[in-house]
Amino acid sequence: APVFARDEANTLDQIRSYNNFYEFGFQKEDPARNAGQMVTDNWQIEVSGLVDNPGTYTLDELIGGLTVEERIYRLRCVEAWSMIIPWNGIELADVLARIGVQDGARYVAFETTLQPDNMPNAGAYGMDFPYVEALRLDEALHPLTILATGIYDEPLANQNGAPIRLVVPWKYGFKSIKSIIRISLLAEQPPTTWQRIDSHEYGFYANVNPTVNHPRWSQASERPVGAGLFGGRRDTLMFNGYDEVAPLYAGMDLRVDY
Amino acid sequence: MQPPRWLQDAVRRVPVWLIYLGTALWLGGLFAMALFGRLGVDPVAELIAQYGKGALNMLIAGLAITPLRRFTGLNLLRFRRAVGLSAFFILCAHLAVFAVLDLQSLSRLGVEIAERPFITIGMLGFVLLIPLALTSTDRAIRKMGRNWTKLHRLTYVVILLGWLHYEWQVRGEVVEPLTYLTIILILLGLRFVPRKRAPLHKNVSL
Repeated sequence: APVFARDEANTLDQIRSYNNFYEFGFQKEDPARNAGQMVTDNWQIEVSGLVDNPGTYTLDELIGGLTVEERIYRLRCVEAWSMIIPWNGIELADVLARIGVQDGARYVAFETTLQPDNMPNAGAYGMDFPYVEALRLDEALHPLTILATGIYDEPLANQNGAPIRLVVPWKYGFKSIKSIIRISLLAEQPPTTWQRIDSHEYGFYANVNPTVNHPRWSQASERPVGAGLFGGRRDTLMFNGYDEVAPLYAGMDLRVDY
Repeated sequence: MQPPRWLQDAVRRVPVWLIYLGTALWLGGLFAMALFGRLGVDPVAELIAQYGKGALNMLIAGLAITPLRRFTGLNLLRFRRAVGLSAFFILCAHLAVFAVLDLQSLSRLGVEIAERPFITIGMLGFVLLIPLALTSTDRAIRKMGRNWTKLHRLTYVVILLGWLHYEWQVRGEVVEPLTYLTIILILLGLRFVPRKRAPLHKNVSL
C-alpha cells in the first residue's frame, strides 16, 4: 500500500473546500457552503438484515471503545482528480464483528441521511436520494476499509460526511458513502446510487482502474488537487496503488465487473 | 417595435473595442486568480470550466444579435464580429489550458481527441470556428459576398456541438444543460419565423 506522511497530504482547508456531496449542490464549493445546516446531533444508525444484533445504535454504542487509527489514504475520484487525506477511523471489520454478521450475508449496504429541509439540492432532478452504496462482504472486511470519524484529528466537517462515513481507498470516491444512518447485511447485491442513475458509466465495484475508462473520459491519469496551476497530472495506479486487494478479484474480468 | 430612445443612444456610444478589452481582462483576470490560488484547490479544472462556459455564453450572445434586432429593434450588429471573435479567443484559451496545463502532453491530447467522444466533438467545433475567425475581416466579407453569409451559418453547427461537448461532461446536473439547450434552440428557431409580407393594399382608404 502507498504510505504517505502527513506533510504529503492535502491541507484541512483543501479537504473541506472541495467536495462532492450532491445533496448540497453540484459544484465543488457547494457542500462547504451549504452543509452547515445538516443536523448531526444525537446521531443514530439503524442496523438491520442478517445480523445477530439488529437495532438502532447511537454512535457510541456502535463504535465506542474500538481502536481509532490514523490512515493516510489517497482518495481517487471517478472524475479523475485525487487528494491525500489523513483519516481517523476504525476498521469496518471491527464494527461488523460487534453487530454480528450471520451466515448467508454476502453484502453490506449503507445509506446516507436525507434531510430535505437542510439539503438544498436534495430534490435535484436526475438524482435519486437517499444516497445508497454497498460492498461485497469480503471487501467490507478488508483491513483497509474503515469507517472514518475525523480528519487531522478533528471531527469530520459536515461536507466531509460527518459524523461517520465509509472510506474504501482502492475504489472511486463515490463508493465511500458519507453521513451513514443505515447499515444492512444482505444475501443479494443491493442497488447503488450511481449504478442506478447510469449503470453504463458506474458499476457496482468501481475499483480504481487505469485500464478501464469511464465511457466519457480517461481513467489513465489524475490531477492531484492542490498541486496548483502547473501541477499537471500523475498516472493512476491499479487499485489506486493498494495492490494487496487484488486477490479479492482473482478470476474476475474487471472490464465486465467495473 | 422600437427599444427606448435612451437605450439606443447608450448602445451607440459603446465602442466596439470594449468587447475585446472586456474579454481580455476577463481571461487575464481569471488566469491571475488561478495563478494566485484564488480559484479554489483545482484551478486547472476551474479555468477549463469557466473558459469553456464563457465561450459558449459568447457564442450564444452572438446568436442573439440578429433576432434581437428583428424582434425588438435593438441594433447590436456592429458588435457581432467582436463577440464572435471573442468567443473564438476564449475557446483558444480553453483549449490551451486543457492541452498545456492539464494534459501537459501532445500524445495524451491525441488519445483524448481520438477516444473521448465529447472531446472529439469539442475539437470539431473548434476546428469549424477557425475558418470563421479567418474570414472575419472586412476584406473577406467584401470578397466572399453571399458565400460569406453561407459560411458563417456554420456557427449554428458550432454552437450545437459546443452544447453537446458541455452536456456530455456534466455529472448529475440536468437542469442547467437543458436551460442552455432551450435558449440555443429558441435563438435558432427564431430564424425560421416567417417574415410578414407587406400588406398589399396599404394605400386603400375607405
